[in-house]
Amino acid sequence: MRFKYVGQSIPRVDAFEKVTGTAKYVTDMFFPGMLYAAVLRSPYPHAKIKKLDVSKAKELKGVRAVVTAKECPYKQGIYLVDRPIFATDRVRYVGEPVAAVAADSLDIAMKALDLIEVEYEPLPAVFDPLESMKGEILIHPDLASYDRLPIYNIEPEKNVFHHHKTRKGDVDKVFEEAKERDDVVIVEGEYTLPQIYHAPLEPHGAIAFYDFEGKLTVWSSAQSPHTLRHLISYAFKIPHHKVRVIAPYVGGGFGGKAGINMEGIVIALAMQVPGKHIKLIYSREEDIMATVVRQGMYAKVRAAVTKDGKFLAWEQMMAFDGGAYAEYGTNVVRAAGYTTPGPYYVPNIKVDSYGVYTNHLVGGAFRGFGHGELHWAVERHIDKIAQELGMDPLELRMKNLLKPGLTNAMGQKMHDHSGNVEACLKKAAELIEYEKPSEQPKDPKKKRGKGIAALVKAPAMPTNAASSVIIKFHEDATVTLQVSIQEIGQGFNTAIAQMAADALHIPVEKIKVVTPIDTDTNPYEWQTVASRALWTVGNALYRAAEDALNQIKNIASQVLGVAPYNLEVEDDRVYIKYDPETYIPLKDIVMGYTYPDGHAIGGPVIGRGSFVPERLTNLDPETGQGNAAAEWTFGAEAAEVEVDTETGEIKVLKLVGVFDAGRVVNPMLARGQIIGGMVQGMGPAVFEQITYDKDGRPLTISFTDYKIPTIADIPEEMEADFVETHEATSAFGVRGIAEHPMISVPPAIAAAIYNAIGVNINDLPITPDKILKALKEKGE
Amino acid sequence: MVIKFTINGDEMEVDVKPNETLLDVLRNKLFVTGPKEGCGNGECGACTVIYNGKPMNSCLILAPEADGAEIFTVEGLTKDGKLHPIQEAFIEENAFQCGFCTPGFLMSAKALLERNPNPSKEEIVEALSGNLCRCTGYDTIIKAVKKAAEKMGARS
Repeated sequence: MRFKYVGQSIPRVDAFEKVTGTAKYVTDMFFPGMLYAAVLRSPYPHAKIKKLDVSKAKELKGVRAVVTAKECPYKQGIYLVDRPIFATDRVRYVGEPVAAVAADSLDIAMKALDLIEVEYEPLPAVFDPLESMKGEILIHPDLASYDRLPIYNIEPEKNVFHHHKTRKGDVDKVFEEAKERDDVVIVEGEYTLPQIYHAPLEPHGAIAFYDFEGKLTVWSSAQSPHTLRHLISYAFKIPHHKVRVIAPYVGGGFGGKAGINMEGIVIALAMQVPGKHIKLIYSREEDIMATVVRQGMYAKVRAAVTKDGKFLAWEQMMAFDGGAYAEYGTNVVRAAGYTTPGPYYVPNIKVDSYGVYTNHLVGGAFRGFGHGELHWAVERHIDKIAQELGMDPLELRMKNLLKPGLTNAMGQKMHDHSGNVEACLKKAAELIEYEKPSEQPKDPKKKRGKGIAALVKAPAMPTNAASSVIIKFHEDATVTLQVSIQEIGQGFNTAIAQMAADALHIPVEKIKVVTPIDTDTNPYEWQTVASRALWTVGNALYRAAEDALNQIKNIASQVLGVAPYNLEVEDDRVYIKYDPETYIPLKDIVMGYTYPDGHAIGGPVIGRGSFVPERLTNLDPETGQGNAAAEWTFGAEAAEVEVDTETGEIKVLKLVGVFDAGRVVNPMLARGQIIGGMVQGMGPAVFEQITYDKDGRPLTISFTDYKIPTIADIPEEMEADFVETHEATSAFGVRGIAEHPMISVPPAIAAAIYNAIGVNINDLPITPDKILKALKEKGE
Repeated sequence: MVIKFTINGDEMEVDVKPNETLLDVLRNKLFVTGPKEGCGNGECGACTVIYNGKPMNSCLILAPEADGAEIFTVEGLTKDGKLHPIQEAFIEENAFQCGFCTPGFLMSAKALLERNPNPSKEEIVEALSGNLCRCTGYDTIIKAVKKAAEKMGARS
């Protein structure tokens, strides 16, 4: 393929709309006679519902519908169907929906909530995954009876919604033999991180409309319109063709708006009052408490390493704090399980990754999908090994990289095209000037240091996660591209327009990506998740473009009397390759060709292409061996920090991210993903966390209490760079980078802190009190 | 009660309740949806409008207080179909991704550049520290405001 637009930093195609305030989000939509919804939520982390009486609420003037589990007894769940839309016999987290009201105004709906009478009987609750695994308090006593995909392995007596196992080689044998070997050390460590919140600036929102013949339309701030439709269809038992999801621009998702979320509430209300639009926009408090958050994690690692720095065996147990319902957590736990120990080759690997129910907020998908968590443990542990061996941590990493010819934890062999983590590390080391120690400030209380960490992530997706593309030519040879990846800020619509322009050999200005996504008209797409969009849709697009070009050439072939393979499409014409001056304007072909005497041939050109990942398999449930990953993105990140040893305050001075992106489609937008992702990674490294009071009530339910980085918090310097190893499984040579920049920022910062002050912090976030405590323990 | 104000130069009359916020009135009564509600508590800046010349969180202004006010929103930036230099600079520097916080940033930036045509980096950071963005990491926003200052300086 000839690349004219791919590789260029063209401005975003959604730019004009977004700087003029005309870009529409769900919250900006209004319909005549629309009703407003409000939700009554559980104040307890775990309780029985003894009594629920909505009769007084129903009588309030202006109230049009009240729903509870009685009217809406349905459950939802993407991989494991465990989450009731409204709590039935019990509530399992603070914030769980118990009832909802639709009224003429939000004020009336809120007043009606006060009139609903609920009597709870508090139950003992459990908030720690390790505690929960003891099974003394069962959060889902009926777990064994829930519908689920068979690839997930529940352990109901332990509150475990998925237990992923990796068994490669023979870890036990290596540890046993190591006892007798004096050239091998065994290093153990424990690492934790708390739940964190996505914090998209646009809170979750949806509008539902149910008509009198049973057709449902839902406008939603959704990352996965088609999967949302599928899950609605499943939960509410409505056929797919009667469910229409329309998804306007999404004001930030980061995984939290994938799948189905709060839509069920507003759908249940709409079904009570056919013919009325019902709007529900979450408040910030509701968005934090009652959507999904990133799961917390406890990890225990044991590694056998030769004294000259070769990894022999790696054993890692991870217990994820999944909160009250499994959500995407099932697959987060699985992806973390099969990726450990990240971008390193280890011949013997044993991983147990558990998704554990607790009475915390519901855990779900979050940018990085388990990889921020697993790499926190792996990268911190490698630093610990380096310290025990007295070896430079970068040198230790370099000795153990997952290079072509070697196998990962699933037994998949890496190829030359699979990505180059070594080049990423080298570039990141150059950019942070790793060899040069930090210049120390004049103030002796302030210490500076540098750290580096690597990462790998493949799209975590079902083996059959499909994409499709429709290319429609119009009378003037302009094109609309129908594709159902959501523009959530990542720049997909711009990048795919560039790729389409190159695939079709027409100017990018002649292409419009259709928005909003409408499942009634747009072709199927699994989801806007997993950093897979340009890779998977690119492949479908390539086929759609070939299809369209073949149609054009077939028509032109008849008109010009030459074989289709002797024709080429370029800009506004189709011409004979060996006689470029003989051509037909594209606009005379794309609706079919009409001869001077009036008779016509061909017809409108519509290109169709679809793609499903090739050669993926389920994993063996006992060993985790198989092909779960279609392609990988490797990367490396580095940080320089300054620590105030008197206050414990950490200042991140510089962040660097280098990723093997394959061919970079739009360098300006790709850089935006890296910088934005690194800052989103810095938050949980140094301050972000969801905290609870002793009774399990979340405390961080506003932007004042849940602090995210502001413009005043960003490092003085941030650099993004690329390695471009052509990805052979992509028609365009591309792979994703959207999630990756967030992943290894915390371990890079932790390494820099060690380099600065010689203490290891293994529990996120690295707050000043932890620094001061560690310094005190060290005797300083 | 009925209040009068101007929005982007247009005079408006609207019946408001005492407990309604200016943001509610703009969005839900006048369908001026450029200003966004990100928190409703003055913590995120997505609802920033220029209110009598100053950038303010419109979610913190009670509607009756706005009687007689001059209000400027993102909808007023484009003149005769031409982008304002701040809008151009935000596009050229890739200073937004999802776009939800962008109307607020544009208002804070415009108010800054009106009172300080040549702000330092520190002044930009201070002026925009009440606006949250979860996508960009902010560095391109700082660059865009600097670039807008240059463009506006060159044009005045």
